Amino acid sequence: MIVCSGLTKRYPGGYEAIKDLSFEIAGGDMVFITGHSGAGKTTLLKLLSAIERPTAGSLIVNGQNLAALRRAALPYLRRNLGLIFQDQKLLFDRSALDNVLLPLEIIGLPPREAQRRARAALDKVGLLDREKANPIALSGGEQQRLAIARAVVNRPTILLADEPTANLDPDSARQVFDLFSAFNQVRVTVIIATHAPHGVPGRKPRLITLDHGRLAP
Amino acid sequence: MKTWLRQHLAALRRALRRLWAAPLNTLLSLLVIGIAMTLPAAGYVLLDNLKALGKSAAGVQQISIFMQAGAGRELVQGVEAHLEANVPGQWHFVPRETALNRLKATEGMAEIVASLPRNPLPDAFIIEPRDAAPETLEALRADFSALPGVTHVQLDSAWIKRFDAFLRLGKLTVSLLAAVFAVGLIAVTFNTIRLQVLAQAEEIQVARLIGATDAFIRRPFYYSGALQGALGGLAAGLIITLGLEALAAPVAELASLYGSTFTLQGLSPLLLALLTGIGASLGWLGAQLSVSMALRQME
Repeated sequence: MIVCSGLTKRYPGGYEAIKDLSFEIAGGDMVFITGHSGAGKTTLLKLLSAIERPTAGSLIVNGQNLAALRRAALPYLRRNLGLIFQDQKLLFDRSALDNVLLPLEIIGLPPREAQRRARAALDKVGLLDREKANPIALSGGEQQRLAIARAVVNRPTILLADEPTANLDPDSARQVFDLFSAFNQVRVTVIIATHAPHGVPGRKPRLITLDHGRLAP
Repeated sequence: MKTWLRQHLAALRRALRRLWAAPLNTLLSLLVIGIAMTLPAAGYVLLDNLKALGKSAAGVQQISIFMQAGAGRELVQGVEAHLEANVPGQWHFVPRETALNRLKATEGMAEIVASLPRNPLPDAFIIEPRDAAPETLEALRADFSALPGVTHVQLDSAWIKRFDAFLRLGKLTVSLLAAVFAVGLIAVTFNTIRLQVLAQAEEIQVARLIGATDAFIRRPFYYSGALQGALGGLAAGLIITLGLEALAAPVAELASLYGSTFTLQGLSPLLLALLTGIGASLGWLGAQLSVSMALRQME
């Protein structure tokens, strides 16, 4: 459940990336945030994941107002979010499995249980046979799926993805979107910022279209 | 509690892995820390040995009581009774004739003694108190001086006092040295941990994004600093032990030339534990300062 009202983000220097934005996203929704480049998609995603703080307005994610979130509460908010970045942010000094284990180490899961869950997540994205591989040895599509495995291994209630298919060929992009809709089927809220929304069979995903930081009419 | 323990163990493993990942850097900083700790610790061990040496030398400390020339039997017996009643330790009476005979027996003195018109030596007592602490000797001297018929009490405590003052000075020097090297150790850890943090910048950023607390991020670096300090302390212990080993034979030879059985005391397990503990605490402190600053810079 995400409630956003009067949300504004002004960067130092006066540039307003998001202007007086209001919308709601119900739990279990699948939403595409679209718009031209520079419309504020990435900024909105950064606000939703508390990487950036709002300048004005309120933004409530999982019952917490991010505009007034204490720094110490931030990690616990993030544990309920699965973040997927355009550049994946994988760690190349360890295996695929170890990348997926990191979120579980952070919450202090017993090693055996953590391994079990990490392998289940790798299996889900079809990378179980590559668990020992270094991410650098994976293709672009595989890297993005690995990033998804890391994002979902904590069983978050909300998945946030920023241009997850920007650098992928159509087949790989298809696989990634299929994964997102599979997670959405099990009531995970999925929010994807992209300039090229793909249709999901049997369901019409909701679009939030931005234009210069405002909702497009 | 179990989760807490598991997270600390995981942080320790992570710290070991990071130290192991850059073996040359780790070895070099261990060496620097070890050498920095060797100097004050070796000074301490040396002082300890000197103190032991001083104590064994003080064991033969003597007090001489000289009677007035011509002091009668009763006065001598009075002193005797006083010593009997009050002084723990050995003492004996040296009559003036015995003293003169001893002097005569000394090489080259016989003629001089023969030329004397009369015996110039007084009756004397020589006392070897069981307790040879400087304060006790001083008290005994004051006590003996007040006895009737005693003209002079001689006490060879001046060198003990000097030795004591020297030891105090040495202790102070070692303490100052230790303080300086403690600052050095903190600086060394500060720098190595800063480099570690910068090398792990990517992992730290990713960990933050997926819900790591500050404590989770900092903990491995604290362990890393503490481990370095502790291992540096052990290295210092090793250096000192090897050094003492090398000195043992020459010292024994020198001691035997002086007719002493003095041997060098090694590093006690307690001191080694202390060295390791101090190293770990200072390493932890350096890491704490370093991580706080490096993380602030990264934000």
